[in-house]
This record gives sequence, C-alpha cells and structure tokens, in this order.
Amino acid sequence: MRIEEIMRKRVVTVNTTTTIGEALMLLRGNRIRHLPVLDEGKLVGIVSDRDLRDALPSTLIRHDDDNEVLKKKVKEIMHPDVVTAHPLDFIEDAAKMIYDHKVGSLPVVEEGRLVGIVTESDILNRLVELFGVHKPSSHIEVEVDDRIGMLAEVSQVFRAEQVNVSSVIAWPSTNPGKKKLIFRVQTIDPRRIEGSLRAAGFTVTGPLGEGGSRS
Amino acid sequence: MSRRSRLIYSPDYTSYYFHDEHPFNQQRLLLMYDLMNEFGLLAAEDVVAPRPAKEDELALIHDRRYIETVKAQGHSDVELPQAASFGLGTEDVPCFPRMHEAASLIVGGTLTAVNLVMNGEADHAFNPAGGLHHAFRGRASGFCIYNDCSIAIAYLRKYYDARVLYIDTDAHHGDGVQWAFYDDPYVMTISLHETGKYLFPGTGNVTERGEGQGYGYSVNIPLDAFTEDQSYLEVYRELIPKVAKGFRPDVIVTQNGCDAHAYDPLTHLSCSMRIYQEIPRLAHQLAHELCDGRWIAVGGGGYDIWRVVPRAWTLVWSEMTDQQLEDTPLPHTWLERWQPKSPLPLPQYLFDDLTPLPPIPRRAEITEKNRITLERALAYAPQG
Repeated sequence: MRIEEIMRKRVVTVNTTTTIGEALMLLRGNRIRHLPVLDEGKLVGIVSDRDLRDALPSTLIRHDDDNEVLKKKVKEIMHPDVVTAHPLDFIEDAAKMIYDHKVGSLPVVEEGRLVGIVTESDILNRLVELFGVHKPSSHIEVEVDDRIGMLAEVSQVFRAEQVNVSSVIAWPSTNPGKKKLIFRVQTIDPRRIEGSLRAAGFTVTGPLGEGGSRS
Repeated sequence: MSRRSRLIYSPDYTSYYFHDEHPFNQQRLLLMYDLMNEFGLLAAEDVVAPRPAKEDELALIHDRRYIETVKAQGHSDVELPQAASFGLGTEDVPCFPRMHEAASLIVGGTLTAVNLVMNGEADHAFNPAGGLHHAFRGRASGFCIYNDCSIAIAYLRKYYDARVLYIDTDAHHGDGVQWAFYDDPYVMTISLHETGKYLFPGTGNVTERGEGQGYGYSVNIPLDAFTEDQSYLEVYRELIPKVAKGFRPDVIVTQNGCDAHAYDPLTHLSCSMRIYQEIPRLAHQLAHELCDGRWIAVGGGGYDIWRVVPRAWTLVWSEMTDQQLEDTPLPHTWLERWQPKSPLPLPQYLFDDLTPLPPIPRRAEITEKNRITLERALAYAPQG
C-alpha cells in the first residue's frame, strides 16, 4: 500500500510570517498536531504542538510580557530539516521513517510541492485494519521451515480444501529456522483443513500454543 | 406446574440438512425432544408446531434478491452462478434441495414463539431449531441461511414496538444480529463468546459497542480460550443483570447455543453442563423482574449432538417450565434408544462429572483476563 492511498490531501499549513498565536489557533481549531511551514509554496519547515508549547510561557508563573510571545513568527521556532515522504513510498517505509526519526508526521512532497501529510495515527490505523477481521473467518497458524516455497505449499492445502483465505501474515518464529504463517480462512469449521495441514507435515498451533489442546 | 411455556417443535425441522458429514445437524433436536419426553417434561399442550415464515417477514432483514436466490437454488439441480456471491454453496453453507422452505420453517418457528409470548398466550417460548445468528442481510454465513434472531427482533420492533434485549451465549460471536441493529438504541445485543483471536467469525471485540444512536447498545465479552464454568458464570452474572436493568427491556430474546461446552469439537471453551442450567435461570428471573415474564429462547450452535445438545436444551426447557432438575441419571430408555446410534459413549448423568478433567494450566490468568474484559465491556453500557 502506497502513501498516496492513505495521506490526507487537505493540509493545514502556515507560512514563515504566521505568528505563534495564529499557529496555536489553527492547531486547536483543526485538532491537529503538525503544521508544515511554506514559503512561496515551498516547504521550508514544520512546527508541532510541542514546539509551540515549548515556546509559550509557564502557566504557573506569570509575567506582564507573556503575551508578547504570541506575536513572534513561527519561523523562529520551526524545524527547517523536515523528514518528508513521497506519494509512491510504501506505508511500511513511512512507518520506519517515523520510527527512526522519532517524528509524529511526514509531509508528503512531490516535485517540490506539498501534496499531503501522513501522521503516526494514520499509519497505526491502517495497521490495525491490516491485522483486523473484515470477513467472518477462523484463524489458522502454521509453523513452517524458513525456506523457499513454503507459503505456496501451505496454500495448496487451502486450495485443495476449497476454502477462501481472507488474509495472510508471515511472522518470524521464536524457533530458529522456522517461520509462522497466519491465515484467516472463511469457514466456521477449520478442523478438516487443520487435519490436512498436519497430514501434509505442517505444525498447526492452537490457542495456547503447540499442545494447547482441549481437555 | 407452570403451563405458561411453549416449545416450538416439529420433526420437520430436520429438513434443514446440509449433508451427512456436515457438523450442523438438526438430528440433535430428535435426541433433545426424546430426552425431554423421557424426563416427563412435556405435556401435549406445551408443544406447538412451527409455521413457515412469509417472504415479507424474511424481508424485514434479508435482501429480496438473496431470498430469491435461496429459493431458486433449492429448486435447481445445478449450482446457480450467482449462488457463491451470496455465500451459498460454500463448505459452511452447502446448497441442498428445498433450502428456502427448510430455513423459512425455522424462522417461522421463532416468529411463532414471538407471537405466543407477545399476545399473552404464553409467558415464555423456546424454539430450539432457531438461533441462526450468523446470517447477514444478503449473505449466508457460518451454517446459517436466514437469521431468525434478527428477523424476530425486527418483527418485535415493527409490530410490538418493543425494546428488545438480546443475550447470545453461543461460543461464536453473534455477528449477524449485532450488525443488523448496530445503530439501534432500542435493541441491546449482548454476546458472550470465545475470543475471535482464533475462532470464527473473528469479530466480537470488546471495542465493538454500537454506533451513532446505538452507541453503547452492543456489548461484547470475548472470553479467553479454555474458560471454565466458574469464570464464565462470574462474568455472566455480573454483566447481565446490570445491563438488563440499565436498558429496561420489554422482552428478552436469548440465543442458547451450547457450543461453549468442553466437548464441543469446534470451539476451545471448557465449560460443563452446569452453565446451561445457570444461563437460562438468570434470563428467566430477569424476564419476570423486568418484562412481565416475556422471554423468547432459541437454540443455536451445538456440534456435539450426542453428548451435549440434548442435555443442554433439556435444561433450558426445564428452567423455562419451572421443572427443576437435579443431577440425576439419564433415563434408561433414552440411553438404550440412542447409544447404538452414537459414535461416542453417551453420558450417564444429566450433569458432567468434572473430576476426570485435567486442570486448565492457566486458570488464574484466564479468570483475570475475563474480569478485565468484563470491566472494559461495562464501561460504556447502560447500567442499572
């Protein structure tokens, strides 16, 4: 899945001459946490709710000139080195960038123009959907050798049993040289498939792990 | 003895028959009926035959095109090209002759129960053939063609303007019913089921609480695999009265699937026959306390048709008719009649002897997890 499919295209932005006070109103009014800063249409920086908060005076100790800070320009506090994404980046690359750079959002830039933004919550949301259940289905977990063609071999069993697979995830296993394949299959009664998988030599794991059989 | 309860039953229910190897097998109703009889729990006037549901009644929930397809498929020798897109002709819901008629009779049975109770001819009624809670508006799913629970609730809303409390204790999440009334604040759906982490249909997360006006009116308790009686009943007894009193229903509909039993081959819960006395007992009390007695019970899942279903649903009926049963040997005549047909040794007693069961290794953790799930489920539900 590419970033262009999940990015928000309507981006709230500020420019270098916007004041901190105006920026704060925009964040609160739109319930967002990041504002890309543009200069003549070009992305030159980003300010977050935390940058703005750091710039504000204490709520506990007041001074007469406290409100002066609201008139300062965002240019003075913005981060000029912006980590950006491209519309054709994959969602997992964007997730890694957010994780590695410890940022909360990625402005999406194409041909020098800001075309969208993705935030960490957008990506988390997508991952929740990815792991979620969209069709009534049962979960089957198979441990296989970590070598070429195993997914195809397991899939052959599903095909032979005429059962539709609605999602599949491959995990590393805690056992060395093994991999875990997790399927959601569209049946209420996976017993026969599990039997066929075992007959084909695969290890099928139950709700409490291997050997977690019922009494 | 109370004669204010009716059992909706006919041997014709067995016409809902997929094939010999299919786990959903209404032969279980013959064993159940015979056991009720042998226990002396049935008088002739208790039993009412089901009527077939009308197409307009099915259409309270289902798409007309879906109904037409089910009907046409049941009268076709070949599989219709459009069948698969309606979830028909799958491993779970294979096509069979006259499937529309068989499925309509089950729905009509539940509507018969509704009419008897709402018109005051009975306080309670039990349609053990019903409980087909997985069927969707335009799609068969999980052994279910027409959703008698959803249709009965829509019927109660339309013709009686009743506030309906639906309690689903099948081991599988009652997804079809939940989604049908997800935004409806006049229908409260509660489902206690094995977590969808492994088990079909996968939904029924505690975070599914309804939407729009109906937010808070769907309650889900996904129980951990290998949950036993004590933890199951602790959660059930804590949850149901609170939510029922908060919601103040006019009528209670219970789905009494009995596949949470340890013997059930499709699920991973570890309950015993004891819960099938306690579950209906509380529903019965609440019906009298809150709804002037109005209680409609249906069956549901139950795939150990020899050792579990007959005893479990006999207990539902015994509770409904105030004919309390203690642990007692099963009638000889019943055992003699069915043991030769059963591939497994039949139980000798009404309740299970729990001593031979090995202890569940993670009992304490499972109990704690279920308690936390209960707290989270209660967080947004109306409470009394």
